[in-house]
Amino acid sequence: MTIKGKAYIAGIYEHPTRHAPDKSTAQLHAEVAKGAIEDAGLTKDDIDGYFLAGDGPGGLWPMVDYLGLNTKKLRHVDSTETGGCSYLIHLGHAAEAIAAGKCSVALVTLAGKPRTGVMPPRAAGAEVDFEAAYGATTHNAYGMCAMRHMHDYGTTSEQLAWIKVAASHHAQYNPHAMLKEVVTVEDVLNSPMIADPLHRMDCCVVTDGGGAMIVTTAEIAKSLKKPLVRLIGHGEAMKGPRGGKDLDLTYSAGVWSGPRAFEEAGVTPKDIKYASIYDSFTITVLMQLEDLGFCKKGEGGKFVADGNLISGVGKLPFNTDGGGLCSNHPVNRGGMTKILEAVRQLRGEAHPKVQVPNCDLAIAHGTGGLLGVRHAASTCILERV
Amino acid sequence: MTEAKKYNAPVTNPESAPFWEAAKQGKFLIKRCTACGEPHYFPRSICPFCFSDKTAWEEASGEATVYTYSIMRKSPTGPYAIAYVTLKEGPSLQTNIVDCDFDKIGIGQKVKLVWKPTDGAPLPFFTAV
Repeated sequence: MTIKGKAYIAGIYEHPTRHAPDKSTAQLHAEVAKGAIEDAGLTKDDIDGYFLAGDGPGGLWPMVDYLGLNTKKLRHVDSTETGGCSYLIHLGHAAEAIAAGKCSVALVTLAGKPRTGVMPPRAAGAEVDFEAAYGATTHNAYGMCAMRHMHDYGTTSEQLAWIKVAASHHAQYNPHAMLKEVVTVEDVLNSPMIADPLHRMDCCVVTDGGGAMIVTTAEIAKSLKKPLVRLIGHGEAMKGPRGGKDLDLTYSAGVWSGPRAFEEAGVTPKDIKYASIYDSFTITVLMQLEDLGFCKKGEGGKFVADGNLISGVGKLPFNTDGGGLCSNHPVNRGGMTKILEAVRQLRGEAHPKVQVPNCDLAIAHGTGGLLGVRHAASTCILERV
Repeated sequence: MTEAKKYNAPVTNPESAPFWEAAKQGKFLIKRCTACGEPHYFPRSICPFCFSDKTAWEEASGEATVYTYSIMRKSPTGPYAIAYVTLKEGPSLQTNIVDCDFDKIGIGQKVKLVWKPTDGAPLPFFTAV
């Protein structure tokens, strides 16, 4: 069985806020749900599937009740939690549920307020006594990946900086972007060192906010007014140090999720017109581009340099909303916004300055957790019908 | 000079207790599977490679080399060096490189085990040799 072409993204919404001290987290979930339902042209009572990751206060029971979802109708729920890529996995799982007839209109929400200082707690794993004291954070866990990548492949800080430069070129056209200023390679290199070799401008923004999408059947999508965008391939994977054998931090679980998605979709990286690539840090983008097959392992630095990721300039336009590096990284989780900008591109609704002409095939890919420690990856291939 | 940093005591559990008891004696233990022969760290009762339950404690040399590292510059308790080091016995593990200048730290640098006290069992760290 395949999910190819079985599920359509009929509604999308990205909350315009980047700082929401005046709102509750549950409220933000409700606002993005409302936005996505209205974008699709549906109503709340049409929802019969709900997908919620660890950012939902209290989990599924409280959120289903708070939102007032129709519990006579709601027949499929999924609380898969894989950090920032949860929403890419939710999209794949929603397609599976739709293909199996378990639901027909699935809602996926993400929201939270890390910038205001509210973050959901994270439960300890079996490794806690053997790792907690060493202070692994997002910054230094990704820093360790970058350090080894530079050692093994000669990747440079200048090459990493080009990723931020490309994101900033796109963010200048996004009125909601947190950072709208176009920056140069020198700006990135001159920004303070946070966790060697990553500078402040190698890091994504911290924002309050959220996003949501509606995933539905072909029949329902075709009855609505939005351009048709469907999922044609999905992959998911996990990676960790696994007892410390053959440790290699220069690749991500994307080496497994990517080929699974491309195989299901029946397309190759060369066919992709637009790429949403998770950008918690510049190194995240570089490693994932290699892992997904956009270039050979170790050649990511050369691939991203000289504006190759800038829409209208380079060969692979990426994160045309400004991405997590410049626009939005709600709840420190960038998977939802990766899907939303891919859908905008496929609908032809991206900003005219960054819209990819005839964009009919896109990828949205992300990681969740800590790339240098334990993480998940998910790849979605999307097509305009 | 860096101030002595205070570390939380390990919580420990029935599976990891022998490791922490040995740590109190200054012994650094890893696990080796007697079925497939593979060593691993952190220690599990069931081998993460062949899934045999025939795993045995083994004292490691405490000698290692740096696989990768990052100096965390922004920290309320001051800068610190996180790293993965690869033990002479094979497994790589997450740690901090302590008690040496940051410019001594590099990929391939030889390091050795040092213990840092807590209110319970001490914790394993590494320093440049």
